[in-house]
Amino acid sequence: MSNTEMFKDRNISEDYFLLDIEDYPTTPWEKFKRVVKRSFKGELFVGLWVVLREMIKFDIHTIQYPEEKLPIGPRYRAVHEMKRLWESGTERCIGCGLCEKICISNCIRMETRYDENQRKEVGEYSINLGRCIFCGYCAEVCPELAITHGGEYENASEQREHFILYEDMLTPIDDVLNKKQREFQGFGAITPHEDERLKKTPLAY
Amino acid sequence: MDMAYLIATIVKIVVILLVFSALAGLGTYFERKVLAFMQRRLGPMYVGPYGLLQIAADGIKLFTKEDIIPANVVRPIFKIAPVITAATAFMAAAAIPFMPSFTIGGYEVKPIVSDINIGLLYIFGVMGVGLYGPLLGGMASANKWSLISAARSAAIFISYEVVTGLSILAPVMMVGSLSLIDFNNWQIENGWMVWYQPVAFILFWIAAFAETGRTPFHLVANDHEIIDGFGTEYSGMRWGLFFIGEYANMFFISFVIPLIFLGGFGEGTFIDGLIFLGKMSFFFFFFLWTRAAWPDVRPDQLMWLCWKVLMPIAVLNVVITGIVMM
Ligand code: SF4
Ligand code: SF4
Repeated sequence: MSNTEMFKDRNISEDYFLLDIEDYPTTPWEKFKRVVKRSFKGELFVGLWVVLREMIKFDIHTIQYPEEKLPIGPRYRAVHEMKRLWESGTERCIGCGLCEKICISNCIRMETRYDENQRKEVGEYSINLGRCIFCGYCAEVCPELAITHGGEYENASEQREHFILYEDMLTPIDDVLNKKQREFQGFGAITPHEDERLKKTPLAY
Repeated sequence: MDMAYLIATIVKIVVILLVFSALAGLGTYFERKVLAFMQRRLGPMYVGPYGLLQIAADGIKLFTKEDIIPANVVRPIFKIAPVITAATAFMAAAAIPFMPSFTIGGYEVKPIVSDINIGLLYIFGVMGVGLYGPLLGGMASANKWSLISAARSAAIFISYEVVTGLSILAPVMMVGSLSLIDFNNWQIENGWMVWYQPVAFILFWIAAFAETGRTPFHLVANDHEIIDGFGTEYSGMRWGLFFIGEYANMFFISFVIPLIFLGGFGEGTFIDGLIFLGKMSFFFFFFLWTRAAWPDVRPDQLMWLCWKVLMPIAVLNVVITGIVMM
C-alpha cells in the first residue's frame, strides 16, 4: 500500500469494533460491587504505569518551533512566489491580468504598461496578504506558471493590510541562473509526465 | 525562656519560610517537567538552562502584576483569603520535624520549630483552617465559578477531615502520643508503622489527596469545569499566595506521611536523613504522577467515597486495633 492509499479508502476499516459497555448499575449493592471491582482490578495502576513508562522511555515529541521546524509539503499553499524563466531568467508574468480578475477576495492589484519593445510589462503588482484566503485560484489560472504558492508561512506584521510587493515575491535572478528555483507542485502546476501526453499540433505533420 | 532558644526558634521559622517558599516555586517547575515528560513533551525550556529560571520569571510576573480587586467583591474578605491559605500552610510546618537533629558548634539543633505534645492534632487542625482560604475567597469573589468552588471546598472539607482523623486514630492509639517525634522514636523500636496499620496508611494517603486538593480530588479549582475556581478573580501575588499555600501543603503532607508510617528519619544519622528525604520526594512525586495518570472524580463521588467507603473502613480499623491492643 502506498502511503497515500489509506487516505483514499473512505470506508470504515475492518478493525472497527463496538465497545462492550456494561449496563449501568441500579441498586446500591451493584454500584458498590462495581466500585470494588474497579478499585481492585488495578486499572488505576495501569494508568500510572503507562505514564511512567513514557517518562522513562523519554520519547519526546516536542518540536522546539523557532529552532526546529517540521517539513511542509511541496503542495503547501503559503505566501505567493513569482517565478522566472529557466533559460533566460526573465520574469514569467506577461501581465495578462487573469489572476487579478479571478481573485475571489479581490486582493491582487496590478498595473501594466508597454516597455520599450512594445511588450507588456508589469509595473506595480501587490497582493494584500491580510485579505488573501490562499485559495490557490491565482496559481491555477495563471497561463505562464508565473504566480505560484510557496512554502513561506512565517508572516507577521503590525497590521492586516500588509502588502506584499512584487520584488519580495520574485525569485532572485541569481537563484534562477544557479538553477535553484523550485517549481511549485501544487495547484495549477503541470501534472507529472505531461511531456508524454503532449500531442503535436497539426501543423507539424 | 532563654535567649538562645528564642534566637534558634526565630532562625528556624525564617529558614522554613524561605526554604518552603522557594520549594513551592521549585515544586511548580518539577510539576511542569514531570507532567511534560509523562506526556512526551519537554516542558519549560527557554528561560535559563532547561527552563530552570522559569521559576524566577514566574516570580517576577506574579510580583509585578497589577493587583486587581473587582468592583463587586467583599473587599476585606477577598483580600484576606489568600493570606489564610498561605499562612496556615506554613503554620502547620511548626510541628513537623523536617530532619533528624544535628549539632553545629556544640549547639544541638532540632529542625522542628516546636515539639508540642499535640503535634498531629495541631497540624491537621491548622491545615483544615487552610480550607477557609478557598471557601472565603470563593464566596467573596462575586463570581459564579468561584461560588461553586467555595461550595465544593466546603463539601470536601467535611468529607475528608473525617477520614483523616479516623485513619490516624489507630496509629495514635498504638503510639500513645500525638507528637511526630514520639512517632519516630516508636518506629525505631517497633519497626515501620505501615506494617501494623496498612489500612490506615492507604486511607490517610487517599485523604491527603483531598487535603491538598490534588488530582483525583482536584475539585476546588478544576480548570476544565470551573475555570480556576476560587482563584478566578484573583491576580498577581494574591493568586500567588494561594499557589504557594497549595504547594507548601503538598510538601508538608509529603513529610508527614513518611514520618507517621514509614519510619520517619529513624535513628537520625546522615544516611537516615537522606533516606527520609528520598521517601518524602517519592510522595511528592506521586502527587505529580497521579495528576498525569488519573481522571478527576465528581464532588458527589468524592463525598460518597469518603462517607460511605473510607469512613466505615476507618472506623472498623480503629475498632479492630482497639480489640487487638486490649
Ligand atoms: S490565493 Fe486566492 S485569494 Fe489569494 S491572491 Fe490568489 S486568488 Fe486571491
Ligand atoms: S495570471 Fe500569471 S501571467 Fe497573468 S498577470 Fe497574473 S501572474 Fe501574470
